[in-house]
Amino acid sequence: MSGNDPLVKVRGLTKSFGANQVLQGVDLDVPKGSVVSIIGASGSGKTTLLRCVNLLETYDGGSIEVDGVEVGYDLSDGRRRPRGERELAGIRADIGMVFQLFNLFPHLTATENVMLGLRKVRGMGKAEARAAAEQWLVRVGLADKLESLPIELSGGQQQRVGIARAVAMNPKVLLLDEITSALDPELVGEVLKVVRELARDGMTMMLVTHEMTFARDVSSRVVFMDGGRVAVEGSPKDVFGAPAQHERLRGFLARIELRDI
Amino acid sequence: MNVMLNSLPFLMQGLLVTLRVSGIVVAAALVLGVLFGVGLSFGPRWVAWPLRIYSDLIRGLPLLVLIFCVYYMLPLTGLNVTSFWAAVAALAAFQSAHVAEVTRGAVQSIPPGQHEAGKSIGLTFSQRMIYVVFPQALRRFLPPWINTVVSTVQGSALVSLVGIVDLMLAIQQVIGRTFKPMPMYILGALIYFVINYALSLMSRMLEARFAYVRE
Amino acid sequence: MQYHLNYNFIWKYFDRLAWGLALSLELATIGILIGCIIGLALAVLSHGAGRPVRFVVGAYVEFIRNVPLLLLVYLVFYGIPSVGGFAYDATTSFTMTLAVYAGAYLVEVFRAGLDAIPKGLIDAGRAIGLTPAQRVLHVQLPTMFRIVLPSLGNAFISLFKDTSLATVLAVPELMYGANWIYTNTFRIVEVWTVVAPMYLVTGFILLGCLRLLERRFAIRRR
Repeated sequence: MSGNDPLVKVRGLTKSFGANQVLQGVDLDVPKGSVVSIIGASGSGKTTLLRCVNLLETYDGGSIEVDGVEVGYDLSDGRRRPRGERELAGIRADIGMVFQLFNLFPHLTATENVMLGLRKVRGMGKAEARAAAEQWLVRVGLADKLESLPIELSGGQQQRVGIARAVAMNPKVLLLDEITSALDPELVGEVLKVVRELARDGMTMMLVTHEMTFARDVSSRVVFMDGGRVAVEGSPKDVFGAPAQHERLRGFLARIELRDI
Repeated sequence: MNVMLNSLPFLMQGLLVTLRVSGIVVAAALVLGVLFGVGLSFGPRWVAWPLRIYSDLIRGLPLLVLIFCVYYMLPLTGLNVTSFWAAVAALAAFQSAHVAEVTRGAVQSIPPGQHEAGKSIGLTFSQRMIYVVFPQALRRFLPPWINTVVSTVQGSALVSLVGIVDLMLAIQQVIGRTFKPMPMYILGALIYFVINYALSLMSRMLEARFAYVRE
Repeated sequence: MQYHLNYNFIWKYFDRLAWGLALSLELATIGILIGCIIGLALAVLSHGAGRPVRFVVGAYVEFIRNVPLLLLVYLVFYGIPSVGGFAYDATTSFTMTLAVYAGAYLVEVFRAGLDAIPKGLIDAGRAIGLTPAQRVLHVQLPTMFRIVLPSLGNAFISLFKDTSLATVLAVPELMYGANWIYTNTFRIVEVWTVVAPMYLVTGFILLGCLRLLERRFAIRRR
């Protein structure tokens, strides 16, 4: 894997749910250390694209490579074989995901939530894992909530635990699936602050978001998806700033901005 | 009165057999039932369908039919088992189907997001089951599972019909000697009652306790 | 092992199985009907009643539910006549046992059903001037039956399977028929490969009928 290869390489990705072809040939590069925001109307395929990267959804055609490794299929000895459970687990360990609905483990404390992957997947000892977990929780601003159960935390706090859980695993790339959509407005800021810091520290990220201002501020590149394809791609300035060339993008942004008022 | 007291040691021996049968069956049904339940809920089609058919078939039969079937037909397959083990096998098969259903209900109540979160940090299937799903499913599993334990103790009485000297058959034998059926049946009923009622109470206590754990 | 399947024996005596199945269904039906009467009466009785009444009803329910059916069958058939002085035949005895057994389970079902009746219905009945008795008859009972229909149906299917215990009293239902054929022909495989499916198919058909009835009558709780 040469230093110039993008960390995540998506080529010609297709995916159907039954008769509905959600992804109709997506090409995308995510260079290491960059932040790519994926925006688009619902049904445009953006969440599906993200979920294909860590194989929460299987993809029908095309390829996704993370750090040079094809995620969904084993291509050695010339044949395209779908990967088995164990292989997938190994690949997923290096890809972090933060969910819209947090998906914290309700029976574990914040620290234990972060520790689980460290102990069972990274093989750390209990003390070592606990120390690392607490360190990450402090970094996301939850030093006083280490022993709290998810039910005792606000939405913003839960999401920050979710972020800590994902990044503690030291992933190569972090996937963020509309992580502020389920939050009350006043809690969104604390979560975005954490993401900004991660970006500043060089974490490679792919985020699906409705927060246009945030996307513009933190991304290296913005991708607008429409009808299962990448319709517009460019720097935030190009996509948001100059009068948008693409008609559907113009319409989409107009609708979003109207709502933000 | 005297009759009842004199027969007590003999009944206790029968009770031991009943407890032994119930104990083995509960343990076997727990292991098999949980495995089957997980297979039913998460397995690929070639695993889930046979299990579904097995479960529906077994639960659709009266327990007595199952016991007789196994008891009479097992020797024909060449396996030389004692009547004890034939009866235990039948009862275990019956209960494992019920435990599988209980497992299925408990495990399927876990939201899919939990599975996705587990996958996203790289946990394998069995790791997800052990560390994420089972701890959460436990509270929906225990109360109905204890009901299957009660039903196992009830069902164990049927092994008396294939000659196993459990509590039920012990009662019959004492009556055969003393010709006083009513006191013996009452005594037997009381013994079964005490065991099963204790279990039922435990189940209800657990249900109440877990109701306070918010979703 | 040498075993030649020969189903002629089964067909020869098939009437025992057919009539046995009919009797099983009959026993289950009578059992559930009387059980419903017992269960409903006790549920209504204990619904608004004081502690002593609820304790007695509760004791009955707990006793029946925690004692094996087999023991109850013996107790009623052998035990009671020995202290009562009177006697009855096996079928009557088993039917009564089954009814008492069903009644205990059905008390719970009906109690839950009564509790589930939306209070608004009772108020509506009061509002249009129905007397308490009329309210019970025309509003509460029909509503309750629709709510408990699924549980009732499942109880019936369960009871049908429990009729197999009647064989110990030599009541000629399906299980007894199977045993009879076995002891007279020793054709064990043939007997069970016919009788087990008979139970299964009957159960399946009953389940199907239950689903149809549910679709037509039952109130689904959303």
